[in-house]
Amino acid sequence: MIEKPVISAARAAKMVGEGAVVHVGGFLACGSPRGVLAALAELGTRNLTLVCNDTAVLDEKNGRVTGVAPLVKNRQFRKMIVSHIGTNPESQRQMNAGETEVVLVPQGTLAERVRAAGCGLGGILTATGLGTEVQEGKQVVEVQGRKFLVEEALPGDVALIKARKADKAGNLVYSKTARNFNPLMAMACKTVIAEVEEIVEIGEIDPDQIHTPSILVDYLVKA
Amino acid sequence: MIEYVESKENIARRIARIFKTGDVVNLGIGLPTLVANYVPAEVTVILQSENGLIGLGPAPEKGREDKDLTNAGGMPVTLLAGGAYFDSATSFGIIRGGHVDCTVLGVLEVDQEGNLANYKIPGKMVPGMGGAMDLVAGSRVVVAATTHLEKTGGSKLKRRCTLPLTAEHGVDIVVTDVGYFEVKGSHFVLKEYFEPYTPDWIVEHTDADVQVPPDCKSWRA
Repeated sequence: MIEKPVISAARAAKMVGEGAVVHVGGFLACGSPRGVLAALAELGTRNLTLVCNDTAVLDEKNGRVTGVAPLVKNRQFRKMIVSHIGTNPESQRQMNAGETEVVLVPQGTLAERVRAAGCGLGGILTATGLGTEVQEGKQVVEVQGRKFLVEEALPGDVALIKARKADKAGNLVYSKTARNFNPLMAMACKTVIAEVEEIVEIGEIDPDQIHTPSILVDYLVKA
Repeated sequence: MIEYVESKENIARRIARIFKTGDVVNLGIGLPTLVANYVPAEVTVILQSENGLIGLGPAPEKGREDKDLTNAGGMPVTLLAGGAYFDSATSFGIIRGGHVDCTVLGVLEVDQEGNLANYKIPGKMVPGMGGAMDLVAGSRVVVAATTHLEKTGGSKLKRRCTLPLTAEHGVDIVVTDVGYFEVKGSHFVLKEYFEPYTPDWIVEHTDADVQVPPDCKSWRA
């Protein structure tokens, strides 16, 4: 098996180019790659498009700033494609002020659009969002007597994901609810960088327990 | 003269009696989360959380939180024996595929055609829909949980929602702190009234068409 380069968080951050579409794993920062995000915030790369479940927590009064929140605060995103911004008032402010484009996507639709991109599909058909603002500008088709919205695939340039454990080949195992969008994003982006808590020898992880196979992962970062 | 007193506890108590043993249930953030505290001991439901688990257990003891184990509100939780974790696509496949028997959601407005608005007040509060649109579209039974009146005294039940919809015609049951309603066709049917409120009081304080059938009965928390 080919071993994957283990790189620093700073070097990982440099792989996110100006204007890139970045998929970031995590659900309210549970399962987000903290080290790589901190490095990207420090680097300050701008005009990024974020694809993530949410804009995490920005609550400076109580000392809670998590996940992508510092990057939102730095105005590093030109556009944010997310399902929830309610725990980060700054993302709501930027949206209302027209400073950042925010596309709110139902969470299940977001997951399936990412999954579709990673599976070579053009998109998915879903009843979620029919008759709501989500339907605006989208095609409605009838299949097997039911109406569906056509939701397009959502591919990315770089996936910044988090796993509990990797082997040196890049096989990944996630932990509990920190799994969420991470395995989907690992399939949907050209470059995949996985921040992991532990790196073990090839062969140490039972192949039946691997969540993301090594061929999908390009670089490892030790958390 | 009946005076309205808000009671989230009564809403949660009544909703908790809807479930049967074996039901897979998703409880939304806020008031719906309280429902878990009132499920009768003889009923075993399986709680699903859309961030990727079934078999949701109670909050952990202080100091025993696991950073990798939260509910959809980001709060630390536990998993019951026999529970399982999965990714977000599987989680919403479970929801959208009709494998969740019942979902309980909070409300900004709910109308007599079963339309629900709970994710956006344009220009004011725009938290985003999170998983709510998928939950309403995919769950077999959708329960809207709400106080009957707004803080300003207006009815939360409407003839027609004015806020952006979370879903069209998705709601089956509405439980407030004054009664239990079903959405039938284009009106609410009052199945139960919670004492001290009476059907007359409820009809008068609901800004929607409420039908009171002969078998409408009283329920005490």
